[in-house]
Amino acid sequence: MTEPTEKMTGARAFIECLYREGVDTIFGYPGGVLLPIYDELYGANIRHILVRHEQAAAHAAEGYARATGRTGVCLATSGPGATNLVTGIANAYMDSIPMVVFTGQVPSSMLGNDAFQEANITGITMPITKHNYLVQDARDLPRIIKEAFHIASTGRPGPVLVDMPKDITLQEIDFYYPDKVELRGYKPTYKGNLQQIKKAAALIDKSKNPVIYAGGGIINSNASAELIEFAEHIKAPVTTTLTGMGGFPVEHPLFLGMPGMHGTKYANYAIQESDLLIAVGARFDDRVTGKLKAFASNAKIVHIDIDPAEISKNIKVDIPIVGDAKWILQKLLTYSSESQSEKWIERIGHWKKENPLYYIEPITCSGIKPQYIIEQISQACKDAIIVTEVGQHQMWAAQYFKFNEPRTFITSGGLGTMGYGFPASIGVKVARPDKVVFDIAGDGSFQMNSQELATAVQENVPVIVAIFNNGYLGMVRQWQELFHEKRYSSTCIQNSVDFVKLAEAYGALGLRANKPEEVRPVIEQALASGRPTVIDFVVECEENVSPMVPAGAAINEILDLERKK
Amino acid sequence: MRHTLSVLVENRYGVLTRVAGMFSRRGYNIDSLTVGVTEDPTMSRMTIVVRGDDQVLEQVTKQLNKLIDVIRVTDLKSENSVEREMALIKVNCDVTSRSEIMQIADIFRARIIDVASRSVVVEITGDEGKINAIEQLLRPFGIKEMVRTGKVAIRRGQKSS
Ligand SMILES: Cc1ncc(C[n+]2csc(CCOP(=O)(O)OP(=O)(O)O)c2C)c(N)n1
Ligand SMILES: [Mg+2]
Repeated sequence: MTEPTEKMTGARAFIECLYREGVDTIFGYPGGVLLPIYDELYGANIRHILVRHEQAAAHAAEGYARATGRTGVCLATSGPGATNLVTGIANAYMDSIPMVVFTGQVPSSMLGNDAFQEANITGITMPITKHNYLVQDARDLPRIIKEAFHIASTGRPGPVLVDMPKDITLQEIDFYYPDKVELRGYKPTYKGNLQQIKKAAALIDKSKNPVIYAGGGIINSNASAELIEFAEHIKAPVTTTLTGMGGFPVEHPLFLGMPGMHGTKYANYAIQESDLLIAVGARFDDRVTGKLKAFASNAKIVHIDIDPAEISKNIKVDIPIVGDAKWILQKLLTYSSESQSEKWIERIGHWKKENPLYYIEPITCSGIKPQYIIEQISQACKDAIIVTEVGQHQMWAAQYFKFNEPRTFITSGGLGTMGYGFPASIGVKVARPDKVVFDIAGDGSFQMNSQELATAVQENVPVIVAIFNNGYLGMVRQWQELFHEKRYSSTCIQNSVDFVKLAEAYGALGLRANKPEEVRPVIEQALASGRPTVIDFVVECEENVSPMVPAGAAINEILDLERKK
Repeated sequence: MRHTLSVLVENRYGVLTRVAGMFSRRGYNIDSLTVGVTEDPTMSRMTIVVRGDDQVLEQVTKQLNKLIDVIRVTDLKSENSVEREMALIKVNCDVTSRSEIMQIADIFRARIIDVASRSVVVEITGDEGKINAIEQLLRPFGIKEMVRTGKVAIRRGQKSS
């Protein structure tokens, strides 16, 4: 049955397409070439969150997507609006997050003439999008938008950009929304090859020391329940990467914590001693593997991933299985037998006891221990969604928060974008108003997008920003301390801002804690306020993230930096 | 090791940039790349000669397949495909050397497609070896300019790629 068509402008069609895709919220910022679209948005049944910088629109859309599993949507004008999105697009690309990015463009007739506010955004974003489009005829717009949402959300998810010249938004068309996409060059594989799955199951049955290494794919595939069931069935310990965090409950006895550079010692030991590594939705990033040649060198490797190009990209794999993690884990569960052996688990239990994550209470108190703050937030609101910036505070959040559910830890993994957390947390809170949302921030990172306080206040999005104020670009300072004789070149940012006053200037609540005993009360105060809140936690300024595997070392060559101090 | 890939793509704006961009971004070396229309106006076919071991070939193939506009990638092995390249070679000549150059062209079944008082343009089609060979023989006369198309290749027999 063909739908009756209706005459409308490209701008109207744009809104109509968003309705068809079930979009309820977009994050954006207007500009000249977007006037027709913003005119249609006025009064449309879509919530538009006006950010203060387009980078924030992209991060917020990503936060929205990560919190819900649905596709995030953002919108920016041509030229500088579009280029401001670039970091956010790259971030979503690196972490495989479904996002559709719309940009305005100068009229088709002026394209290529260096017109006012023209930037070749499809060219610029080619290597950081899953796909992108320059709309050349408004009649193509519905099909392109349909394809964009399809491509962004299926297979290995990622950002798709649609660039719309202004004349396209004014052109009259007969609106028709296709109900299917036809892309002969795009057919993602969901069902894994059964032969491969059976081979993997045979290896699993033979293995004495298996380890499951799970990444962000577990979250994208909504495979958390399957992962738990499978791990319990074969009695394999589970380590989750930074982006996989939350995919396996932290307090589960089989949980190993994070692997790699700032992972737990026992996760790294377990990987190195394993005879079978089962990678699920993870991509053997250098922050995980350390020295590749020495990584899991005694283990056979099973690699489950939806993207065939990830197989054997960094590491030679024995049994690749391409497909959806959820589907494949279900099958593996039926083909592998239940393990009865306790030996390996006992050995790991021993490592866990000998090498726990720990920190020493300071003798001379120059500030609060950052790890303690994470523990307090974790205890005060165990169901919170934790979003982070990038740096030491991010690692402490990953190490010390007791995540219990997927989509409760939202962080910039692959790109490591300072300034990501706060706008992302706004997107998260908009998507999940029922949840307490924290942005665990560094004093450096927060200043990269602190202007979004205006957005949070104006749109009434009560996120809590917990600034770990150490007066340093701490993660870089840590490397300078360890590898450059404490020559703190351009990493000291002490006393540059009064974050309480900054919050107040925007009409947000500003709080401060100087001592450990003030931590819990300010958290409670922030929770009770129901307002966008910034807490300035004055933390121990030269605290290091520990343990640490230096870049390029094998992951069992671990430095204990806490003990050294 | 050199591999010849036949890549069927959507005949759309930006496809060449996507493919070329992927190669440069990931650091793969292209020896040659040709592109043109096919029997179906909605598709183009690229013949790409890439250098690398089997692992590189595997990654290149997968990364190409990942591009939405790439429809199919086929690794053409020399034993089951035929390949051709064309070159136009402008060679210095005078009255005395002209007949010698024509003789060489004859042997290679090349053609002289332009004659001027002090140069000729030789058109040669063949596999890479043949083109290299005639280039060697013409070099002593003085090659003023040469242009090569890069390789095109097609599968032998019934099946298409
Ligand atoms: C946009 C951006 N620029 C630079 C870096 C490099 N970098 C990584 S961590 C870091 C320091 C972060 O400082 P802060 O936010 O205060 O966090 P801390 O490490 O002190 O907890 C820097 C500069 C980055 N990751 N992102
Ligand atoms: Mg800091």
